[in-house]
Amino acid sequence: MASTTAVGGRGGVASAAERPAIRRRRRFTFGSVRSYIGIAVIVIFCLAPFYWMVVTAFRQVGYTFDTTPWPTHVTLDNFRTAFSTSLGNHFGRALVNSAIIGVSTTILAVAVGCFAAYAIARLDFRGKYLVLGVVLGASMFPGVALLTPLFQLFTSIHWIGGYQALIIPDISFALPLTVYTLTAFFAEMPWELEEAAVVDGCTPGQAFRKVILPLAAPGLFTTAILAFISSWNEFLLASELSSDKTQPVTVAIAQFTGSQPHQEPYTAVMAAGTIVTVPLVAMVLLLQRRIVAGLTAGGVKG
Amino acid sequence: MSVTSGVSADDKAEQDKAAPPPRNRGSSLRKGEGKLGLYLITPTIVLLAVVIGYPVVKAIVMSFQKDPGLDKATGMFVSGGNAGFSNYTHWILQRCGTVSCPPGTLGAEFWDSVGTTFFFTATTVVIEVILGMWMALVMNRAFRGRGLLRASVLVPWAIPTAITAKLWYFIFAYDGIANRVLHTHILWTGDQWASRFAIIIADVWKTTPFIALLILAGLQVIPADTYEAAVVDGANAWQRFTQVTLPLVRPALMVAILFRVLDALRIYDLPAILTGGGGGTGHATTTLSILVVEQIRGGFNSAAALSTLTFLLIFLVAFIFVRFLGAHVVQTQQRQQKGTI
Repeated sequence: MASTTAVGGRGGVASAAERPAIRRRRRFTFGSVRSYIGIAVIVIFCLAPFYWMVVTAFRQVGYTFDTTPWPTHVTLDNFRTAFSTSLGNHFGRALVNSAIIGVSTTILAVAVGCFAAYAIARLDFRGKYLVLGVVLGASMFPGVALLTPLFQLFTSIHWIGGYQALIIPDISFALPLTVYTLTAFFAEMPWELEEAAVVDGCTPGQAFRKVILPLAAPGLFTTAILAFISSWNEFLLASELSSDKTQPVTVAIAQFTGSQPHQEPYTAVMAAGTIVTVPLVAMVLLLQRRIVAGLTAGGVKG
Repeated sequence: MSVTSGVSADDKAEQDKAAPPPRNRGSSLRKGEGKLGLYLITPTIVLLAVVIGYPVVKAIVMSFQKDPGLDKATGMFVSGGNAGFSNYTHWILQRCGTVSCPPGTLGAEFWDSVGTTFFFTATTVVIEVILGMWMALVMNRAFRGRGLLRASVLVPWAIPTAITAKLWYFIFAYDGIANRVLHTHILWTGDQWASRFAIIIADVWKTTPFIALLILAGLQVIPADTYEAAVVDGANAWQRFTQVTLPLVRPALMVAILFRVLDALRIYDLPAILTGGGGGTGHATTTLSILVVEQIRGGFNSAAALSTLTFLLIFLVAFIFVRFLGAHVVQTQQRQQKGTI
């Protein structure tokens, strides 16, 4: 059982290739038709709302509720509206804010978390499972329980309006996520690497720097992306702990105002949503296999 | 690995760090490794204590203090002081001062929002697990199109929930595509039950793919010969699912459900944006997290009591899961880490 597990590893490609070709041909009947229908349903389910957002983002305001399923009345005006500050929206600034908060949170979480993850994955010490339990518990912690005390504290020391008031709370979920995902990546690396490097004349320190770290780099990178996405997507804490000057994109888009009161600027909001989402989706698609590995290994937050 | 004299502490630390796993090593080295382990985890533990431990303790302290304001019994202004359990009875027994809270105040909404939160949790998790299980089975069977499947499944996950909420707000607009396609005139974000279903639908879209990925990771650990043996024994497809797949995927499934339940219990973004917090009658979609945020500006200490109650509730649910339903988070995760993924 253990050997099958090891061979079948790394997602689908390997295990699909393993299956005998005969079986695939034999199954090319009812079963495979059903399978293709299933695939089509899943793909449409996942992509249709996203597709609708992008289509609407490129549609003229007058045709907001047009139901033609393909792009019609294409325009870039909505993107101009999204970035314009004349209506009191500061989408451009919010993008910069989100980037600052996300990058700072990620760097801090990975820099601190990688040591803990290394210790949990590769070292033997008492209380290791307790630490792992604490980290897991922390990752499921409800953000709303932090909100009240932090809001009161940050108000009294005049931190609301500073980036630190947003970065510090984000650590509460980014750090556990980082530790957990990285532990999985470190644990996956073969032990022989360190031993072989030492045999080849490396000092253990060099082995760590020259063998372990470079090999862990993809894992570090994936983890950093997961941490960045979690911080980029955060809304609850940011909606209360940010000021107009520091608010991230999630808050800015939620409060988007149109030219008239009580009139939702749907197309501009969809354009803003597209700008926020498309780079994220592109990044995720490029690194999909690694991200799935990271998600399912440490997958705590959706 | 013998340590020569004159090596600095740092070098020694480096040496131990890169050491192979302890198998036949002496107790002295083990002790060194233990120390190094503690050094390495300390920054993480300290940081977690600052960003989580401190606020939790502070919230508990705050929850036993009076909010400044007019005392309802005496009509005098009070600037604070010890509140005893009055902040808690305010929510649990819905007492405002010495009388029960009038309808329309936040204090009267506590049990309603507990009900709403649990309703959302139960419905979304049941739908998402069933749908996610089906998706995972399809993905596990698919020989071609795996890349496309994985890519599309990641899209809803990658979109920020706040944007998801705005996207569905547009889809569910009165003139929006949902009403056009269904030929209905439903007030999706205004009607009491329609607004609840709008949130459930949006949440199912956003999270089911993630559940499917977690279940798929569990499915991939099941070796193919187990199924072949079941086929030889004459099991049909349904029997293979209930007798082979379900028992073997159960650990991964329980962990996925636990994560999802805890996540659903703190739901905030979707109801806050999609239905403006209230929906329908004004509080048809008010979850516990929304109630806390609404209370914050009406008194920190009362909000602290409410958020502590929310935390305790979530903790209780997690405890029940781990203790009685066998969601062995740590073990399962570790087994999976050794398996495919």
